[in-house]
Amino acid sequence: MTRQQIGANMYLTYVPSEKFKTSFLSAQLAVPLRRETAAPNALLVNVLSRGTARFPDMTSLGRELDMLYGARLEPTVRKKGEIQLLGFAASCIDDRYLPSGERLLEPLTDLLGEMLLSPALQDGHLNAGYIASERENLADLIRSTVNDKRSYASRRLIEEMCAGEPFGIGRMGAAQDVEAVTPEALEAHYQSILPRARLELFYCGSAPEERVKGAFVQAFSTLPREGEIRLEPALRLPARPEHRVVTEEMDVTQGKLCIGCRTECADRPANMIMNAMFGGTSSSKLFLNVREKLSLCYYADSTYYWTKGLITISSGIEPRDYDRAMEEILAQLEDLKNGVWADWEFEAARTSIRCALRSVEDSAASLEDFLIGCGVLKDAGTLEELKEGILPVTRERVMAAAAAVQPDTVYFLRGREA
Amino acid sequence: MSIKEYPRLGEKVFRRQLSNGLEVVVVNKPCHAKSYAFFAVRYGGMDMRFQLGGQWQDTPAGIAHYLEHKMFDSETGDVMQAFAKNGASDNAFTSSAITAYYVTCTEKFYENLRILLEYVSTPYFTQESVEKERGIIGQEIQMTEDDPDWRVYSNLMGCLYKDSPARVSVLGSQESIRLITPQTLYDCHKAFYTPSNMILVCVGGMDPERVTAEAEAILPRESGPAALRDYGQAEDPFPARKEARMTMEISMPMFLAGYKCHPPAEGEDHLRQSIIGDMACDVLFGESSPLYTRLYEEGVINGSLGGNFDLLPGAAYLYVGGDTKEPRRVFEEITCQARRLGEQGISGTFYQQIRRAAQGQMIRSLNSFENIAVSMTEGYFHGYDYYHFPEIFDSVTKADVEAFLRENVTECRAAFSLIEPGN
Repeated sequence: MTRQQIGANMYLTYVPSEKFKTSFLSAQLAVPLRRETAAPNALLVNVLSRGTARFPDMTSLGRELDMLYGARLEPTVRKKGEIQLLGFAASCIDDRYLPSGERLLEPLTDLLGEMLLSPALQDGHLNAGYIASERENLADLIRSTVNDKRSYASRRLIEEMCAGEPFGIGRMGAAQDVEAVTPEALEAHYQSILPRARLELFYCGSAPEERVKGAFVQAFSTLPREGEIRLEPALRLPARPEHRVVTEEMDVTQGKLCIGCRTECADRPANMIMNAMFGGTSSSKLFLNVREKLSLCYYADSTYYWTKGLITISSGIEPRDYDRAMEEILAQLEDLKNGVWADWEFEAARTSIRCALRSVEDSAASLEDFLIGCGVLKDAGTLEELKEGILPVTRERVMAAAAAVQPDTVYFLRGREA
Repeated sequence: MSIKEYPRLGEKVFRRQLSNGLEVVVVNKPCHAKSYAFFAVRYGGMDMRFQLGGQWQDTPAGIAHYLEHKMFDSETGDVMQAFAKNGASDNAFTSSAITAYYVTCTEKFYENLRILLEYVSTPYFTQESVEKERGIIGQEIQMTEDDPDWRVYSNLMGCLYKDSPARVSVLGSQESIRLITPQTLYDCHKAFYTPSNMILVCVGGMDPERVTAEAEAILPRESGPAALRDYGQAEDPFPARKEARMTMEISMPMFLAGYKCHPPAEGEDHLRQSIIGDMACDVLFGESSPLYTRLYEEGVINGSLGGNFDLLPGAAYLYVGGDTKEPRRVFEEITCQARRLGEQGISGTFYQQIRRAAQGQMIRSLNSFENIAVSMTEGYFHGYDYYHFPEIFDSVTKADVEAFLRENVTECRAAFSLIEPGN
């Protein structure tokens, strides 16, 4: 694996691999996550995805991808800490499985470059029809997150807990912000970020490095480069003194209880193990005690956001069990703080993290996500450093990590009173 | 043990049938960090009526899934914890025709394999644990009631089929699961969890000889008799009902249309039919199809429109759906386009384009260990080698896809399930 600068504010991460049937490519612009720009950014990649100067509509673009043996090219919008990544991910059958020496890397890399640099234009401007329809689709998509109540509740928790911080903004921005973007504003925004945003490129597959580098340099040779948008690490705030409870009612039979906590403990390996023991795996305390033993929750798990210092808990409960579920969930955390656990719980957590880190290398998409994250986030560390960091974590470090976890916001979604 | 190489796929496969009837398949992937074991039973949600010891038995809806849940209990403790201690992640699923248990790990593979083989072959149910599970599965059923994707699908199946167990949810209902007892679970385990009705697929760098040795040491020496199954009378090709509608708290109308297709054949024809059905979907409403691009460009559909061709025991159907403000219009346009393609034919250049994409898609799917294991399992249960797909794919013609559309995707075979926003 290598990462090298191949142009001004432009980096290529190259991973040689022969274990996949496909090659994976990606081109991502990295910009700060901000309320004013999150929605235009998300809309922009969706508009760009509609076509290029050479393939200006879905029919011609779809035909080109089909002819490249069903190559995939998808707009991606992600949130990494308080950085927004926008761009395209592409994949195609690796040359080794193609009939008679056909090559897909070069044409697909070209197409990837064209998606960002050479959009389909109408009278010299971004296509107004594409903007109108993608604006509507994106707003609908953001609103449709309400359909899946489990992820909706988790998202609402983050919105409420981090209101006023960039992290509280959804990766695609808010539906009403998307609807407010005019064609003129979108075009001006495009012209403004393209020359200044960091460009992160990624390849994983069987082609040699020089060939890959050549293909990317060629495909992005017309990228304007002028100035630079600085990327800052995420804000880390202390928890509010008394946790706040937000309750919403919807037409649901099962309640969703989400608890958001903050930690000022910066010991990432210890936090990872603590979270795995708490609710990160199926051998965790939340799973075994709150779900299995007490049958209080249909599901109960926890997530650690290292970039922000957050631990969030997500559970599905009978609304009448609210108080007991709260109490039992927090009691598990208290046990971790006091070192109340069996040796195997600690071992299982450590093993599960080690295995999860190893498995990253078994999927090109996970590698891309992890390595681009390393590229844009300060203090991200490498995969190797993380693996090594897990080993020396002690019981005391886990207890200290648990002691630093402070509830900040509770979000409860329940059915309407009859 | 047979070793077979598939040069068009870059794959190598070891196979052996043990003397107890268990099929063992090892797909060699030496470069991956993870190892994967998948242990499957030819038994699913649709297998509700079967013969055991000369007696026909009717079992409650949802029992295969209930049994799957209960298999995780053992006399010595919880299976999930044993895996978790080894850093392995395990899971299971029950579909209409298959129950499968699987584990992924990056270390202690043979130990994990032994746990897998042992717990799936050793039933252990108590009145108390079976009782407790009722609450958990009851919650799972309740959760699906809040899930619009699930509702739109189960309503569609209720429309398409009159008597076939395809219309019954794999989870069962609150009422049906009340009838499940330790004894019914033991009976079902005995009838179906027998080596000749099962397959073990491992994917990774493991040693095939050692895999078979572990399986021989742990599993019973002999199989029980094969259980006869009854899926009810063959259904006519028309849906039981044309339409189902309900309202839920969602942001946009959601629909799913289904077309009742010819029931599946066995052997390589099963795979062939599945390839033809998938290609019919691509041609009809795939992302590069004329219909999809037109409706998308007109703003009628968004990226959520999609569907598939699904083969069940004794039943097959093609479904398509998504979120749209004009669900009825999209449904009508799809049916109409299928008729046009069936009558006037698919353009030759468009067919070649779709064919190339489909070829790439099949190779791409071999990136996933789970896809490999599921496909190998379906192949074995239906009597074909899944890795023959390039050759079978080569034999499919444009005329096959046109005939499929003409015969199956018609107004009289269609049913429509709709969920509208509201309280």
